[in-house]
Amino acid sequence: MFKSLLSAAALSTLMMSGAFAADMGPAIVFDIGGKFDKSFNESMFNGAEKFKKESSVAYGEFEIANEAQREEAIRNFADKGYSPIIAAGFAQAAAVEKVAKEFPELKFAIVDMVVDLPNVESIVFKEHEGSYLVGMAAAMASKSGKVGFVGGMDIPLIHKFACGYAQGVKAANKDATVFQNMTGDTGAAWNDPVKGGEITKGQMAKGADVVYAAAGATGLGVLQAAADGGALSIGVDANQNYLHPGKVLTSMMKRVDVAVYNTMKDGVAGFKPGIHALGLKEDGVGYAMDDNNKAVFTPEMAAKIEAVKADIVSGKLEVHDYMADNKCPVE
Amino acid sequence: MDLSIFFEILSSTIRMSVPLILACLAGLWSERSGIVDIGLEGKILTGAFAAASASFYFQSAWAGLFFAVIISVCMALVHGYASITQRGNQVVSGVAINMLALGLTSVIGNSWFKQGGRTPALGDTTRFMPINFPGRESLFNLPVVGAISKIFLDHSVLTYLAFAMVPLSAWALAKTRFGLRLRAVGENPHAVDTAGISVAKLRYQAVIIAGILCGVAGAYLSTSLSASFVRDMSAGRGYMALTALIFANWRAWPALYACLLFGFLQAIANFLQGVKLFGFEIPVQFFNALPYVMTVILLAGFIGKSIPPRASGVPYTKDR
Repeated sequence: MFKSLLSAAALSTLMMSGAFAADMGPAIVFDIGGKFDKSFNESMFNGAEKFKKESSVAYGEFEIANEAQREEAIRNFADKGYSPIIAAGFAQAAAVEKVAKEFPELKFAIVDMVVDLPNVESIVFKEHEGSYLVGMAAAMASKSGKVGFVGGMDIPLIHKFACGYAQGVKAANKDATVFQNMTGDTGAAWNDPVKGGEITKGQMAKGADVVYAAAGATGLGVLQAAADGGALSIGVDANQNYLHPGKVLTSMMKRVDVAVYNTMKDGVAGFKPGIHALGLKEDGVGYAMDDNNKAVFTPEMAAKIEAVKADIVSGKLEVHDYMADNKCPVE
Repeated sequence: MDLSIFFEILSSTIRMSVPLILACLAGLWSERSGIVDIGLEGKILTGAFAAASASFYFQSAWAGLFFAVIISVCMALVHGYASITQRGNQVVSGVAINMLALGLTSVIGNSWFKQGGRTPALGDTTRFMPINFPGRESLFNLPVVGAISKIFLDHSVLTYLAFAMVPLSAWALAKTRFGLRLRAVGENPHAVDTAGISVAKLRYQAVIIAGILCGVAGAYLSTSLSASFVRDMSAGRGYMALTALIFANWRAWPALYACLLFGFLQAIANFLQGVKLFGFEIPVQFFNALPYVMTVILLAGFIGKSIPPRASGVPYTKDR
């Protein structure tokens, strides 16, 4: 008797929360780095802000400060009935998977990772395609024939950037050398501009004159060291050309802002579960051109890169994806 | 590996050593007086934050340095109050300082600058750039001599300040009345008290010196090595300095060598990543772990002995 009463109570709470769900709107959980990291998280934040401005629907947000908060933050939004709940970054996959199973009636989305559940939308990017294009730009802008890559944490996703970049460099100049370094093996590798700067100085000492950073806030140190030492740098995720005008060759843009905006706009009604891989064709990745890099990114380079971009979009040229087999055809 | 990279590694060694040397000397002063200082990391972090913010606000790197020292000393005084006046547990107080620093810098930074705890990027005029010695460029362009002189001359004023602090600390602790009394307080505070000298006053002075040195270390990180403050940018350098202090057996000159060695290992880790030596690639984690491995071996008694000041970590209470 007591047991059935309890389950009835539980059921009614569940239904209440279900009824509540429709009103709460979307929520977003940012990853370590924070929503003003001038990079990945900030780009997501911009997409969410754009949605808020256009639809005047408020959204829930949470910036996690340590690993343990991920699951709690997502579950907290789920408890309150937010939907869809968007999780930023590959590191949240386990948390999303767990909570999405507990709340099958809610919708979830994860960026940069695949979670295979019927109520989860997985948004991944073809970073290798965008990196290929900036790699070509790097090889064309390099006078020494040596270019560098500084990654954040040593994970397959960052190798995907590195591999696409290396392929692009070799395509534009097959004799070019690519130095590839990772900042570290822990989450701290995204937040150590001093170390990023030292690694960049090391690559410059070996002759690199264009350095591509795919390292979150560590990348700011890379861009700074390159600008101080007279080399060019390439930003990542958001358009970082403005950080050192005339000294940043271009930025490999990952349009997470567009992805977040679309997911929020589609809402619960237009929710599309499954894997969505956004590449050059979908305008999910690209390179940045503006007044700040006009002087270093010449029209000839742009013309060549546009031609290759058209080939990739049409499928004529395929860039190898490191995460497909954890191997890279070039070094 | 050619010679120019070797020179670059040496130059990088100096850059990586500077925050370690300053923090290690801070630990030396504090622990020699009997106050264990786990809070080096937190003081560096607040110093870095204060330097980057003040440098941006006043558009002057020196203003940044000034505020870094002031704020770091404030943190040191909190530690001092808890562990000297209130006779609290010094390790607990130090850990609290570290947590407080991490949280405060992010929260205040975010509310001031709205960049997620980061401070705005500083221009070259508001940072400590390498000193522009007269004739610097022509010297650097010379073959070999230029490369070698670049190792020692391509640094900011804070670097030379840090290196100057080593002989100064060694001399002050060994030869001056203040230094001798300070060390006595760390070994046998009762004897010092019997001689009519205030234990608390000496320990507060030591803690303040530690605060000043940590503030300079923080300013070096955020306004010389990089151009803004980033959350948790001290990245464990305070702990590594403590390790160096133990490795150096609580003495100033060995502290310098230990910090240079640890800095050299960091530089190697950064520069030789992915480079093959003698046909195989040494994993970067090996160099990153080496300082700690060496200290553990030292503590186990294989290299020598490391004896801390006898009264360190023990709050002083007058006998009745």
